[in-house]
Amino acid sequence: MAIKVNQVLDAKGLACPMPIVKTRKAINELEPGQVIEVQATDKGSTADIQAWAKSTGQHYLGTVEEDHVLKHYLRKGSLDEEKEVAKHPYTIDLDSLRKKIEGDEKITLLDVREPAEFAFGHIPGAQHISLGELEERFEELNQEDDIYVICRTGHRSDMASRQLTEKGLSQVINVVPGMSEWQGAIEKE
Amino acid sequence: MSLKRMTSQELAHKVINGDRLFILDVRNTDEFDHWRIEGKGIEIINEPYFNLLEGVDHLAKSLPKDEPILTVCAKGGSSEFIGEQLVDAGFEQIYSLEGGMKAWSEHLEPVKIASFDHGGALYQFVRLGKGCLSYMLVSDGQAAVIDATRMIDVYQDFAKKRSLTIKYIFDTHLHADHISGGRALAEAIGASATYYLPPKDAEEVTYSYEPLVEGHNVVVGQSKINVQPIYSPGHTIGSTSFVIDDKYLLTGDILFVESIGRPDLAGKAEAWVADLRETLYNTYQQLSKELIVCPAHFSHMSEMDGTGAVKATLGELFKKNEGLQVHDEETFRKMVTENLPPQPNAYMDIRQVNMGKHKPNIEQQREMEMGPNRCAVHYKLRRME
Repeated sequence: MAIKVNQVLDAKGLACPMPIVKTRKAINELEPGQVIEVQATDKGSTADIQAWAKSTGQHYLGTVEEDHVLKHYLRKGSLDEEKEVAKHPYTIDLDSLRKKIEGDEKITLLDVREPAEFAFGHIPGAQHISLGELEERFEELNQEDDIYVICRTGHRSDMASRQLTEKGLSQVINVVPGMSEWQGAIEKE
Repeated sequence: MSLKRMTSQELAHKVINGDRLFILDVRNTDEFDHWRIEGKGIEIINEPYFNLLEGVDHLAKSLPKDEPILTVCAKGGSSEFIGEQLVDAGFEQIYSLEGGMKAWSEHLEPVKIASFDHGGALYQFVRLGKGCLSYMLVSDGQAAVIDATRMIDVYQDFAKKRSLTIKYIFDTHLHADHISGGRALAEAIGASATYYLPPKDAEEVTYSYEPLVEGHNVVVGQSKINVQPIYSPGHTIGSTSFVIDDKYLLTGDILFVESIGRPDLAGKAEAWVADLRETLYNTYQQLSKELIVCPAHFSHMSEMDGTGAVKATLGELFKKNEGLQVHDEETFRKMVTENLPPQPNAYMDIRQVNMGKHKPNIEQQREMEMGPNRCAVHYKLRRME
């Protein structure tokens, strides 16, 4: 699968510790929230990159293996996201969202995470426009529907909800916290 | 000062001698918790290399200043990287383990455990990193290899240096914890070597072999060192022991120094419990208590004596080994079928490889053999204090 990312790092053929040394350097140059694809052939890199991401606050999205190349996807962590933020006045919790999805009422669920995050697992039927592209693409949304906006922790979806409200959409609801706590069905690309 | 290297062999000698050695293992913590270097004199700590890329300062206070420190990782690259950083930080006696845990897991240390009165010797090849024991019986220019690991060069080089011809190759059973080198060794030597396997363990194998059965003794060398197979099922249905020169009992994975074999690795624990009990409490009971038990595994360094050998007399084991003290059959059944330790890494795949059904490359073989062997019932994770 081809996943849109902000940067691709080629660490193929490199032995431990170089894949991590290079990833660390590359991620330092990214903005928080940006996604990197690390290509490696060292089998040990999968376990190490997960453990490293955990210890440094990066967000490990997943790994796919294609033609003996491991592609690891990481999103640069940001402290802001871990803080309690809910500036948009209308929010819904995950249980209530689940009931809405299972109910008859027609809703739009908008997932504003990065393409790689979406690819490694999203709620079935969710529409995907990442936060960075919302400005250009918000017109793709069905403005008649109630629009429920989701991300990983509720931070980006809060920003997206406010952005959509400014564009004149009136029924925008932020889902809190987000995919990090979602227990329902998941679909992968 | 600069970074120095330590080979697996140098490390093996330190472990066997019980020498003091401080080790910094920089693999990730899951791997460290799973398996690591152990030894009487070993003090070991873990800090993953990726936590040390920014610098080693936060770790420096946990490290001794005035003695050698060995850095260890999976393959030797990260330990070297971190070792250099420690040297830069002012540590003077830093060593990196060449080839890392991969090399350690593949190192075999030959230990002479017997010299026979009428010539000949028995060597135990100790695979310290994995707890596997294989044997070479030597007499009059001939040799027999028992439970060979896949590092067949080691046996061939050993034989070559001593001008020995390897004539007989035995597997006591179809192994589930490591890839057997028996067949590969026989193929490498050619027609002059014969590979024996118990037929009851060989029902699904895809290659030809000579059946290893009770009543067909083998004589190694002119001086007639007798190798007598004894059918001893329980770990597998075909498990066969050997009595060598009426003095040594090679028990395979049936009886270890501090524990007994587990019956569940072929998925037939309940069915094989009775066999295991019969072998341990009847067949072995009838043998001479003077026999020196030489197992195919060890789980703890406490099973090793000061020379690096893992052995004990049968009489001693009937007194001390917990697995031989359970006189109630039901208690025994429970002990060997319930609360067993985790099964060895990739044991199903390893059995397939040993049957000849699956032919992985060398990297895949290493991957399959990762971690401790866990063929014994009493496996406890012991942390070095």
